[in-house]
Parts: sequence; C-alpha cells; structure tokens
Amino acid sequence: MEKSTRDAYGDALLKYGNNDNIIVLDADLSVSTQTSKFAKKYPERFINVGCAEQNLIGVASGISVADKYKIVFASTYAMFAMRAWEQIRSMSHDNLNVKLFVSHSGLTNPSDGSSHQCLEDLAIMRTIPNMVVVIPADAIETEKVIENEIKRKGPVYVRLNRIKTPMITEEYYDNNDFKLENIVKLVDGDDLTIISAGTMVYESLEAAKTLIDNNINPCILNVHTIKPIDKNAIIKAAKETGVIITVEEHSVYGGLGSAVAEILGEEYPIVMRMIGTKDIFGESGEYKELLKKHGLTAENIVKSSKELLNNKKIKR
Amino acid sequence: MINDENIIKNIEEKAKKIRRYVINMIYEAGSGHPGGSLSCVDIITTLYFHIMMHDPLEPKWEDRDRFILSKGHAAPALYATLAEAGYFPVEELKTLRKFGSRLQGHPEAKLLPGIEFSTGSLGQGLSVGAGIALNTKLEKKDFRTYVLLGDGEIEEGQVWEAALFANHNKLNNLTAIIDRNRYQIDGKTEEILSLEPLEDKWRAFGWNVLTTDGHNIRDLINMFEKIKTNSGKKPTVIIANTIKGRGISFMEGDNNWHGKSPSKEEYELAIKEL
Repeated sequence: MEKSTRDAYGDALLKYGNNDNIIVLDADLSVSTQTSKFAKKYPERFINVGCAEQNLIGVASGISVADKYKIVFASTYAMFAMRAWEQIRSMSHDNLNVKLFVSHSGLTNPSDGSSHQCLEDLAIMRTIPNMVVVIPADAIETEKVIENEIKRKGPVYVRLNRIKTPMITEEYYDNNDFKLENIVKLVDGDDLTIISAGTMVYESLEAAKTLIDNNINPCILNVHTIKPIDKNAIIKAAKETGVIITVEEHSVYGGLGSAVAEILGEEYPIVMRMIGTKDIFGESGEYKELLKKHGLTAENIVKSSKELLNNKKIKR
Repeated sequence: MINDENIIKNIEEKAKKIRRYVINMIYEAGSGHPGGSLSCVDIITTLYFHIMMHDPLEPKWEDRDRFILSKGHAAPALYATLAEAGYFPVEELKTLRKFGSRLQGHPEAKLLPGIEFSTGSLGQGLSVGAGIALNTKLEKKDFRTYVLLGDGEIEEGQVWEAALFANHNKLNNLTAIIDRNRYQIDGKTEEILSLEPLEDKWRAFGWNVLTTDGHNIRDLINMFEKIKTNSGKKPTVIIANTIKGRGISFMEGDNNWHGKSPSKEEYELAIKEL
C-alpha cells in the first residue's frame, strides 16, 4: 500500500484536531500541504497567512509566545520555508512550541523543477540549536511523529513528501514504539550498514533484497531523526560491520551523510560512502528519472555496496 | 484627556532617570546604541509607568499587556525601564553586554524577566506581536500588545507582511509604534531608502494612523488612552516623531551616536545634562 507522508500529516491533523490547543497555519499552500482538511473541520483554529513565509513563522512564534500550551503547526513547501530561515532561527532560539511540517521536500515535486525542489534544508536546519530535525520514512512513521510532537514541547522541522511511497514500517511499529532518540534497525546483517532516511529507506530495503540474494547481509538503519541523532546506534553499526553507506534525497553537503561522518570521524573513523545529490540543483522530469540521475536508487545502493565491500576485502 | 500634571511630571522624571541609566550602562559596557535608545525612552517609559497593565512581581501574569521591542538595539532603554519598574535590581544594569550577564547586547527572553521575545535582527517583532494579538482574540482575552519598531527597521519586507496580516485579521488589540527619528545606521532614512509618505503607506495597508511628538508625555498618554477605547476593527500605528540621542545636546540629531559608547569626558558631560 502506498501513501504520501503529506497525506499522513493531513489525516493525522484531522485525527488529533479535536485538541483545542492545536492551531494550524499555512502560507497559501493548504491543499498541497494537506492542512486544508483541518481547515475545513476546524476553521476557527486554522490561519492562512497568505504567501508570506517570514510572517508565517513570526505569527506561529507569537501564538506560542502568548500561550505555552498551544501546539502550533505551520506548513508550506520545504523550499519556501527556507526563505524564513532566520525567523525559524529566532523561533528556535526562544525554544517555542512550533511544529514545522513542510511538504514537497527533496525531489518529490519533480515536474516543477529546481525552484520548488529543496536539497539543502537538512543542512541549514541542523545547524540551529534547539531544533529537532525529522524525516519520516513513510506515512505510518509520519503519524507516529505527529503523535510524539503533540506531547513534546519545543520546535521541530519535519520533512514530508508529495510522492506516494510504500508503507514499509508497518510491521516494525506493530511491535515497537516510536522513540525520537532511537534509530530504527529494519534489517539485521553484519557485512555492511546502509543508513538512510525518508524516501531512501524504501530504496535501501529493496537493495537489501538483492544483496541478500548475493549472499551479502546488510544492516539497514532508518534515521527518522537526524537531530538529535542516535550516536550509539551508528558507532555500534560501524564497529559491527566496518562499512557504512548513507543514502539521502538531499545534498551530500550537510545532510544525513555529513551527520554520520561527524560522529564516525571523531569516534570510529572508517571509510564510508555518501549517496545523495552532489552540489547540484534539481530539474524538471519524472520522479524516477531524477532519482536515477542522482544515483538515489536500489540499483546504485547495491553497486556502491559491492564496490565498498571489495575495497574492504583488499584492505584485509 | 489627562489633566493631572503630577502624573505627567512623574513620568518625565522617570524618563530623565532612565536616560541617566542608559548613558551609564552604555558607558560601562563600552559599546551599545545610545542614539536609538534615547529616542524611544519617553515612549517606553509612558507605556510601562502609565499605560500598560503589568506586574513586575509576576512577569508572566496571564492577562498582562505585552510589549515587544522589535528594534532590539534599544535594549538599554528597555532594560533600564524594567529595572526601574522592579523586574530586576537596578545594580544589574551595569552588567550590560558583559560575559555571563542576563542583559545581553540585544534582549533575550529566556534570560531576563519581562522580555516576551528575543529580538535584535530587525523586522521580526510585528509578526510576533500579531501572533500574540491573534491568540488573545482566540482566547477571548482583552489585553493589548504593543510593538516598538525603528523607522529604518520598517524597510524590512516582513514588517509589511505583518501589516497586511494584522489588518486582514482585524487585530484592533495590536498597536505598533514607530520611533521616527529619521536616521538609520548609514544616514537619513530619506536618503538611504525613503519611507515617506509614511502615514499614507500605513493607511493604505488598512491601519489607523496617528502621529505624535514622541517626546511629549501628555500627547503620548492621550494617544495611547484613545487607542484603548478603539472600538473599530483596525490595528493602530503611532508614528512618533522623535530625535535621535534625545536628552543629550551633543548627541541629538547626530547620527555618529547611532552605535558608539561615550568617552569619559563625553560621559561626564552627558550626565551633567541629565
């Protein structure tokens, strides 16, 4: 079954919307971000600020300043939230209870082209103190994140997709709880570790199937929370497998790969490979075409895994 | 209309005292913004000692009126006022800009009681004020929100996003005050990026526009009282004509005093005038 994470967001807002402390703001993209569902049911607690993203963050901050019990959701496209980076920084500085849920992240707005595609957000959100940065792997995890954020105080940046993606964490969350601080191990293996986030978790799982068929046993880690990041899980995986590949629908500068490298560089330096976009803007096309161009596919993950494993053997 | 001369005299005395604190603080700190602090002392003093409902002993009192210093560089004027009102000891003023002080170069909400939102980067305060005012309406409360902006500051585009928003949402409980001292860092506003006709701009954005002498306590009181009884649906902006460096003859209207601390001789001269 497939569902986009933005749809999961829209549905979850409806599901939990009877909580009077929830206020939802949007900047003229409510149909795209799916906040329109909440708007229809709870118009008195929905505010459309128009296409004015700096004011979106300012007003959301003001509501939280006025009332610490309010849970303020603010939404736009990932790309357009970036123009309010400094306002987001101010909001995070005062540790306000504002929940940014941004849609159309990465390349998931494929046909609109580079102006609407955001491959830089993780890097610049991750640098802001107090900010929590989350990338749900699918619709199920998105709902878990929203449940958690309604309870948790403080700012968050949650990266959502326009594209429908398979529900891959169903089995996992049937048996486990969501914990912000914990990386999710989806496949256990000791030959190498593939660390991915968001849409790339599915590609990594597909890659795992092929690798297993080739008698290679990968460990697959889903990093739903890139900040604060589960440092121990990463060090443990590096020690156990000795080979790390990161995969993200984001620039290799400053995103998931960088976050992992920051930890391993200090704690357990090993050779790793980062799959992501390489200092390049997006462009128009079919989603699959764009993923292929940047190597964001199961095939490329398999290829990179084999190359890295060969290097590992040569070194031995 | 206010007729009690004692009240006016009392606030004028407070303003004089606060100016003295401001000069002391900036001299002790060795840096800061005397020009834009002194230009808004009378406005802030009038708000805190006559207009706003607030409680220094209970800074988070739910129904307090809210004040946001969007022009965060005038922090010395706000700190001095808060100390004089009793939010924290006056002695602490001399720690301005020092390592470990609660009195940071620009106001920090998490550190100091009485600060609602951290400011310093220009243009953000009116949006936050609008968010507070909107929440006040949602909660059916009746306190007011005041946001003090610099005139150079309103060159920031976000101010006008907030201006559209406040009008659209009928935030008649929101008051913006523009400290119209006619200077920004690099020179006269009308030479750097002209703001005039300023009243027309705000009127076109749907706001009630009032203009006053920003150093006349009587006029300020009358204007703020008039706004309190505003039964219309519009937010109100007060364009307060002020003089940068007001109160110190050699600083008045001299933009060299935008962001520098006085020397020992200048400090002594300044204090003599107050």
